[in-house]
Amino acid sequence: MEFLTAIFVTPFVEIVSYPIFFFEVVIGGLLAGVMYSLVALGFVLIFKASGVFNFAQGAMVLFAALTLVGLMEHGLPWWLALLLTIAVMVLLAITVEKVVLRKLVNQEAIILFMATIGLSYFLDGFGQTIWGSDVKVLDLGIPSAPLEFGGILVNEFDIVAAVSAGSLVAVLAVFFQKTRIGRALRAVADDHQAALSVGIPLKTIWAIVWSVAGLVGLVAGIMWGTKLGVQFTLTLVALKALPVLILGGFTSIPGAIIGGLIIGMGEKVAEVFWGAAFGGAIEDWFAYMLALVFLLFRPQGLFGDKIIERV
Amino acid sequence: MSLTKLTLAAVGLAVGVSGFAAQSATAAEQFIPSLVYRTGPYAPNGTPFADGAMDYYKMLNARDGGINGVKLVVEECDTGYNTDRGVECYERLKGKGETGAAAFSPLSTGITYAIIDRATQDKIPVFSMGYGRTDASDGRVFPYVFTAPSTYWSQASALVRYVGGEEGGMDKLKGKKIALVYHDSAYGKEPIATLETLAEKYGFEFHKFPVTHPGLEQKATWLTIGRKLRPDWTFMWGWGVMNQTAIKEAAAAGYPMNKFIGAWWSGAEPDTRPAGKAAIGYKSAAFHSPGSNFIVHQDILKHVYGGGTGTTTEDKVGEVLYNRGLINSVFVSEAIRTAMGKFGNKAMTGEEIRWGFENLNLTEAKLGKLGLTRFMKPIKLSCANHEGGTPLRIQEWKGQQWEFVSDWIEPMNDIVRPMIEASAAKYAAEKGITPRSCN
Repeated sequence: MEFLTAIFVTPFVEIVSYPIFFFEVVIGGLLAGVMYSLVALGFVLIFKASGVFNFAQGAMVLFAALTLVGLMEHGLPWWLALLLTIAVMVLLAITVEKVVLRKLVNQEAIILFMATIGLSYFLDGFGQTIWGSDVKVLDLGIPSAPLEFGGILVNEFDIVAAVSAGSLVAVLAVFFQKTRIGRALRAVADDHQAALSVGIPLKTIWAIVWSVAGLVGLVAGIMWGTKLGVQFTLTLVALKALPVLILGGFTSIPGAIIGGLIIGMGEKVAEVFWGAAFGGAIEDWFAYMLALVFLLFRPQGLFGDKIIERV
Repeated sequence: MSLTKLTLAAVGLAVGVSGFAAQSATAAEQFIPSLVYRTGPYAPNGTPFADGAMDYYKMLNARDGGINGVKLVVEECDTGYNTDRGVECYERLKGKGETGAAAFSPLSTGITYAIIDRATQDKIPVFSMGYGRTDASDGRVFPYVFTAPSTYWSQASALVRYVGGEEGGMDKLKGKKIALVYHDSAYGKEPIATLETLAEKYGFEFHKFPVTHPGLEQKATWLTIGRKLRPDWTFMWGWGVMNQTAIKEAAAAGYPMNKFIGAWWSGAEPDTRPAGKAAIGYKSAAFHSPGSNFIVHQDILKHVYGGGTGTTTEDKVGEVLYNRGLINSVFVSEAIRTAMGKFGNKAMTGEEIRWGFENLNLTEAKLGKLGLTRFMKPIKLSCANHEGGTPLRIQEWKGQQWEFVSDWIEPMNDIVRPMIEASAAKYAAEKGITPRSCN
């Protein structure tokens, strides 16, 4: 009876009793969700263009952030370090295409997935071998003071993260819709063979999409690295992106954003108002449970492409 | 040479080098295994500890030729803070050297729990310094486990005593709210029973907030604490990235940093530096000093770093976790020295070193001789008391370094010790162990 009350009565009483606090949790959750979306975007880009679930996306986030902060620690100004890091991520993408993907063209998706697992471990180790395993402070001057709007607490850093994610999505949307390369990427995503038959260079497209995913990883690395310090644990932020992908769909950029917002808000509200009923610490599994519920009704995710197999 | 051949050559070279490094000890050498984690999500905290531990042994070898003429041979095994790998490391290293492993310091509560039975059977001491099973402090039930110089339960009681003092007396705790943010693991749950007991005794409200591994996201927790519950004090039993995230989120939720106190595993430079200015004023418990203004550090710099064999860089010598690793090695090496006093100057067996631990008496004079004056409080262990129950201090992050902000605080041994004995007795009953006599 006590358990049922904790699930069906107490949370609603608390929400009604503390409406301002409820809105703080909702807004905090939405802003946390934006941070998950930043990581999820990288997964979506590569999956959309090549059908590969890139297990190494978390490692790419860490590698990009480690390279940036490592170069800054060597005395480079932030803008130069940023440019060099972008160059490194592009170089990494070209290398991945040449050394890993090119050899595995026409292989099963699971083979490519396994290859990205290997890549992930390599990047983890390689990054830490070069830059060390200490926690590195990444300070780009992003403000992080708590602000109050009408009694509702919001953190400046979370707002900056939301604006960054929004800008990134806008840039990616323009890139995909308005540029020649973007249209080629969409063509490859729709049908590899058809794209090849009209002269779209698959290898170049893959290198470009991995570069773009690397740059998205860099933005995610900057935001997460500023928040937590740049360290090995950044690779684990990928785990926060998985329910976002399940919910939003693996092929939709808007899905990654909307999925992030739903997951972020859902897990925070669940933790704060329903957590006590389960002994707390429910937000991680709740995110996956929420995603699974969506999966039951829309297996392709909220915005994913519906798979129609003709026989 | 093709890329494949080059890769194979590199792998072969790496295997060869590691085999060379792991050569076994001879009769005049004492083998000491070192379970570390220089890799994985907790590496930023595990690495400085491992560095301090290793540098102290290197210094003893370089300055004194080991302990009483017996060279120390230390081999690291990286657990990655994984219990299964910790057990694997234990099995791999327990039989090395002429007399087997001297003692294991698992540096993980999970690994400690996993190897207690094995080590007891193998007669090898487990030195879980300030972590692990608190009730293992009862040497009658856990003859091979040592928890000195303090335990989580003692620490929790010292923290309550500290906040009582800050509030103007223990009676002023009545009606206050104390929250615990903890790593949702065996480690994080250790202080709960003590805090619940003390909440009942002193009449404060006690609220628990578990955080799942690794603790990357704590916004929900800190919104509840900072905006709704608003506890008078918040304690944290965190590790690794959980600590940095908690400090940042606490600041973001507007929780006052001077009311936020971490356990001794939540109070080191890797925890506070990434949080920047937000961490200023954050406090933690400590059982030893921060900094490198001690003779032992000068000896390490002179004999180890002067010889170019330092494990880390000189600027890291004296950091909190470096010093903790150093203290870990002090305990192990002094237990060996104590054992040699009875059994002779040769490589000691695990059983003999257990005797050394149980008869360890680090007096003020002894600490002075070790270059540790004012670094930690004197401590004496015994057959029944494997903890020692040393007092603690509170340190505060000033932006660049940690500084003490309290005097030494005695734990509530009168409350904690009976809890330890009761819990150990329950464990003995469950396992069918007959507690040995220490009279």
